[in-house]
Amino acid sequence: MTTTYINARLINPATRTDALGGLTVANGQITAIDGPQVGTIVDLDGACLAPGIVDIGVKICEPGERHKESYASAGAAAAAGGVTTIVTRPDTDPAIDTPEVLEFIAKRAEKDSPVKVHPMAALTKGRAGSEMVEIGFLQDAGAVAFTDCDHVITNTKVYQRALTYARSLGALVIGHVQEPTLSKGACATSGKFASLRGLPAVSPMAERMGLDRDIALVEMTGAKYHADQITTARAIPPLKRAKANGLDVTAGVSIHHLTLNELDVANYRTFFKIKPPLRCEDDRIAMIEALADGTIDIIHSMHTPQDEESKRLPFEEAASGAVALETLFPAALRVVNSGMIDLPTLWAALSLNPANRLGLAQGRLEVGAPADLVVFDPSAPFIMDRFKLKSKSKNTPFDGQRMEGRIIATLVEGELVHGTL
Amino acid sequence: MGWRAKHLLGIEQLAPDEITTLLDLADQYVALNRQPHKHSDVLAGLTQINMFFENSTRTQASFELAGKRLGADVMNMAMQASSIKKGETLIDTAMTLNAMHPDLLVVRHPHSGAVDLLSQKVNCAVLNAGDGRHEHPTQALLDALTIRRRKGRLHRLNIAICGDIAHSRVARSNIMLLGKMENRIRLIAPPTLMPAEIDHFGVEVFDNMEEGLKDVDVVMMLRLQRERMDGGFIPSEREYYHRYGLDQAKLDNAASDAIVMHPGPMNRGVEIDGELADDINRSVIQEQVEMGVAVRMAAMELLVQASRETAQGVAT
Repeated sequence: MTTTYINARLINPATRTDALGGLTVANGQITAIDGPQVGTIVDLDGACLAPGIVDIGVKICEPGERHKESYASAGAAAAAGGVTTIVTRPDTDPAIDTPEVLEFIAKRAEKDSPVKVHPMAALTKGRAGSEMVEIGFLQDAGAVAFTDCDHVITNTKVYQRALTYARSLGALVIGHVQEPTLSKGACATSGKFASLRGLPAVSPMAERMGLDRDIALVEMTGAKYHADQITTARAIPPLKRAKANGLDVTAGVSIHHLTLNELDVANYRTFFKIKPPLRCEDDRIAMIEALADGTIDIIHSMHTPQDEESKRLPFEEAASGAVALETLFPAALRVVNSGMIDLPTLWAALSLNPANRLGLAQGRLEVGAPADLVVFDPSAPFIMDRFKLKSKSKNTPFDGQRMEGRIIATLVEGELVHGTL
Repeated sequence: MGWRAKHLLGIEQLAPDEITTLLDLADQYVALNRQPHKHSDVLAGLTQINMFFENSTRTQASFELAGKRLGADVMNMAMQASSIKKGETLIDTAMTLNAMHPDLLVVRHPHSGAVDLLSQKVNCAVLNAGDGRHEHPTQALLDALTIRRRKGRLHRLNIAICGDIAHSRVARSNIMLLGKMENRIRLIAPPTLMPAEIDHFGVEVFDNMEEGLKDVDVVMMLRLQRERMDGGFIPSEREYYHRYGLDQAKLDNAASDAIVMHPGPMNRGVEIDGELADDINRSVIQEQVEMGVAVRMAAMELLVQASRETAQGVAT
């Protein structure tokens, strides 16, 4: 079956272009761009057509806490949010650290999720930081990257060996950049706001120290490395230096650190408790600038479902994290609407860059690429209602906020998984 | 002039005229408390529940006495020993108590913001008796009343707050209150016990106590928690006493009529010299305890009044 979408505003992250045109899809692949109008003709009437979002670092709570999120609910949320590829985190209970567990979740994903799912695996057993996992077997079973998530490996020798071993297999290692003895117990960023609210806080310098160590290890081992979340201005210069020195280093930022700051916590609102904690406004602006100049490569949702019980607690006791599969897209548009970045550059950080980093064929408008696509109206306004989210958990910090951007349709390999055309 | 607040969660939410209203009323209760017959019926028929999730003898006793002198039925709940141990959440506990129709809830909790959270879930007035490192409003109010009575005013004074500022809710509430009333505030502490970017709060920061105390009218000492003494935040108790303990020699830097305050309980020989603490010409520490009862009586009366006005507003 062949379909040609005409009158589309093509957002092409590879060429950084945003122009009206047409795109033809056949057998789940993109077969032509601005080619002849063949097959079924769908007039998009000027709506944006872009590659689907590739979201690295989504927590789906299987195994362990299926009441918070399952592959079915996360898949539906992703489709509704324009995310066509979910890259899952291994910080489940138990951790995804053996090929057997990985195969189990791959099966669940295959059966339940309308969008593509690629799993990541832990780098050390039980994310405990003492013994490396079977990186080779896990890679064979489909693990696209290795990470202990927010557990920082404190034993540098263990970390060094794991990175060295991972390099021999060309495996990507994702690090959480944080000096853990500094950040222990902290739930805010040190500064005026944390002092006013009397919250235990961590200096933003803890991130820079974590990054400095990881970069030194990458220089030592030659490993392929991605820093999960860069959130402070102080971490940008070492990151730039590492890239200039030719190290195989990339970096991400969560959508929350791009669009919110510590003042949003206001009166101890626990939906704004995330890890690392929200930063000051200067840091937020620095992250957008780093994204615009390519120092930061990838935007993640850091989707972390939490049930009401784990959030209805005093701020220090409440669980960290926010759901974001469905809010990633409208929140990211805020950065474009603020005039600090153009849509194709933003979209590269949402689709092309993460796909390239993981060696995936999707995430691009290219002949021969999978037709994982999203059609959207970037300026449709709405008020976010958390109870309308498809995620099982409703912990979004954007509840009640005015946002712009509507997903008209999401396609995976040419098949409609959300919306109508 | 007047009082608008529905809860007393912190000094942050109070306006200067509300502070003055409360202190004026507290002055009357000081007079009442000095009578042989110390009883009023302002809260007769009302129920006050004290929920202390953190150990306290002095503050809890002060609140209990304040409620009883106003005629309220007072119940104390030692929350550490009860349902929290059984895994009940703060909100569930609050809802349970709310169902018993209390009129006043007095809450102390080890976590910042917990009292605020609780106040959103109950129908009665909530008084913060200290939440984490955040606020301890009645302490700041009783300190203010003590200063006003001793100094004859609560503005344009030089006031030094010394000690473990970083972990102190008393310091935060005092900084806020004394700032709102337009005083000049100095903070004195070793840098490890000073909160980040505290200089943005309209205060002057000193790590040398002699310099910090120069010509001040009021010296407020803070308690140094035992667990912070060994090596973690300061090298030792004796070095702390040497550099930051208040003794006569250091106090000589202050104005000749400067008063010495301490929220209690004191560590004699750690943050304050024992003799100085007992010097009735300088130390107002016992007076602070007396003012505490009066301030809490005033706060409870104003909150009950405000909630009656709200109820009438709804009725009409």
